Amino acid sequence: MINKLVLENLKQRPIRTSLSILLIGVPVTLILTLVGLSEGTLEDSARRQRGVGADIVIRPRGSSFMALSSAPIPEGIVKMLSQEPHITAVSGTVIQALSGLNSITGVDLESFSRISGGFRFIEGGPFRGPDDIIVDQFYAAQNNLHAGGRVGGILNREWRVAGIIEGGKLARLMLPIRVLQDATGNTGKLSQIYVKVDRPANIDAVVASLRAKLEGYPIYSMEELLSLISVNNVPLLSGFIDVVVGIGIIIGFAVVFLSMYTSVLQRTREIGILKSLGASRWYVLNIVLREATLLAVGGTVLGILLSFATKWVIAEMVPASLTQKIVLPWWPIAGLIALCGSLLGGLYPGYQAASQDPIEALAYE
Amino acid sequence: MSETVIQIEGLRKVFRVGKVDVEALRGVDFEVLQGEFVSIVGPSGSGKSTLFHVIGGLTPPTAGTVRVLNYDLAALTDAGRTNLRKTAVGFVFQKFNLLPTLTAADNIAIARHIAGRDHIAEDPEFRKVLDLLGITHRLHHKPAALSGGEQQRVAIARAIVNHPAILLADEPTGNLDSQNSQAVLSVLRDLNERIGQTILMITHNPEAAAYGHRLVNMRDGRIVQ
Ligand SMILES: Nc1ncnc2c1ncn2[C@@H]1O[C@H](COP(=O)(O)OP(=O)(O)OP(=O)(O)O)[C@@H](O)[C@H]1O
Ligand SMILES: [Mg+2]
Repeated sequence: MINKLVLENLKQRPIRTSLSILLIGVPVTLILTLVGLSEGTLEDSARRQRGVGADIVIRPRGSSFMALSSAPIPEGIVKMLSQEPHITAVSGTVIQALSGLNSITGVDLESFSRISGGFRFIEGGPFRGPDDIIVDQFYAAQNNLHAGGRVGGILNREWRVAGIIEGGKLARLMLPIRVLQDATGNTGKLSQIYVKVDRPANIDAVVASLRAKLEGYPIYSMEELLSLISVNNVPLLSGFIDVVVGIGIIIGFAVVFLSMYTSVLQRTREIGILKSLGASRWYVLNIVLREATLLAVGGTVLGILLSFATKWVIAEMVPASLTQKIVLPWWPIAGLIALCGSLLGGLYPGYQAASQDPIEALAYE
Repeated sequence: MSETVIQIEGLRKVFRVGKVDVEALRGVDFEVLQGEFVSIVGPSGSGKSTLFHVIGGLTPPTAGTVRVLNYDLAALTDAGRTNLRKTAVGFVFQKFNLLPTLTAADNIAIARHIAGRDHIAEDPEFRKVLDLLGITHRLHHKPAALSGGEQQRVAIARAIVNHPAILLADEPTGNLDSQNSQAVLSVLRDLNERIGQTILMITHNPEAAAYGHRLVNMRDGRIVQ
């Protein structure tokens, strides 16, 4: 019966109701999109790491597993590594951060294909000269590139597109390693070394022996590295998500507070009637809180729907820079956030309504 | 011998408006027996509505003893008065005071729900009341689609759906034309005569007052004569 009353109240004021739902839905979308982007983009980079096919990854001294753009590993290490037992292939890369989340990787195709089996070219082929660049299909699609064409704006100069590869391996943009080393003042230095081991059973032993020999270098088996690539391990991202969650709660709170507050004021008389019929404080509070809950549920559903819309837009507009994932586990979390905000926002107006004097409501218009 | 359902002695009610005390009731002595139909008349501001609000537990008395059934209203807490409204009294107001978003049937249903009686499916006695009120065929309409007289009869149905001992009607015909007034008044009389409903009715209209068995006159917060 209360539900009927609540539903009718919401139907009675369709504009207020839909506006409230929309305003609650926006932060829900914001949260889902942000989390989806973080997870999607990280997963994407994890997928490319996995696609490399290496067993062990060596990172520069003092770096974390995510930091890019420095290349302080001396190239000599590659030679040393290839003489180690059980190691069948070694390939070094240089990574240079570009604007935004993009980066470009310098690669030595010959040693890299011994690790990965090489790239699969959709168009064109390997580097033929120092002006050549290789891009993946997503970058090519987003920027409308074809093999043999030219692309500008990367490291402040123009490149010839030597080939377009199938995505999901190593990087989206690649230059010959020497070229990138020289262009960024990292001649003779590497930012990451991939190692392939003869048999999976030997990986742990090789990692252990490398750790002993290369003191101070972070050395991960590929499995370890991939498990580290998660939102929680990226301090900036998880902090950012916390902020957006906080904003979501505050907006939910403010929207429902205002919406319920005005509607309670408009409904003084109805609340007086209910009280004259013997409705307790809890009964009246219950009505207001249920209304807030319904608004939150509506906002959550709308927010989820809108997150599909943002995913579509992102996939259409910038497939190479960002990947949004639909994060099912975050649906209930986002819903809970909307609900928290809404219930908090409904509490004071509800209390106000519950403690209203029925005589004043009924006797005076 | 009928039971006393309302017993009031020396009832005073003072409202504090800003820094000024407004004495709405200045010593009311009053008694009502079960099954009575009492008409209360008096000039505007004489305290009639306030008396109802105290009897119905909408506001506590300032001084004096007020007994409604077994409830001692001076001693009652907020929750106790809520309980009294829920079970012992039913209100009908001048403005029909139906919930505008609900149908007539749901307006009645919500009163049952508040009283925690909505699980009682059949109430043959109340069916009779609905027939007597002549609104059975209008129940699925919302208040806006009902005439004033129909709305007021729905309000009466809602007020007595939980079988309260006392029905308090505050100018129930104040907003009605004479034809609708007649219908509502005869319904009240029928309720009183056929099911023995105790009724207190405030009115400004001498014709309406004549429907009651007993006339009580109020002036300046007291009962006169
Ligand atoms: N909630 C309140 N706060 C302050 N003063 C009040 C309140 N309710 C009633 N009064 C005052 O108490 C006095 C009696 O009011 P009441 O409404 O009981 O009169 P009434 O006899 O019902 O009048 P009417 O015939 O106009 O309905 C009036 O002076 C009124 O202003
Ligand atoms: Mg009055």
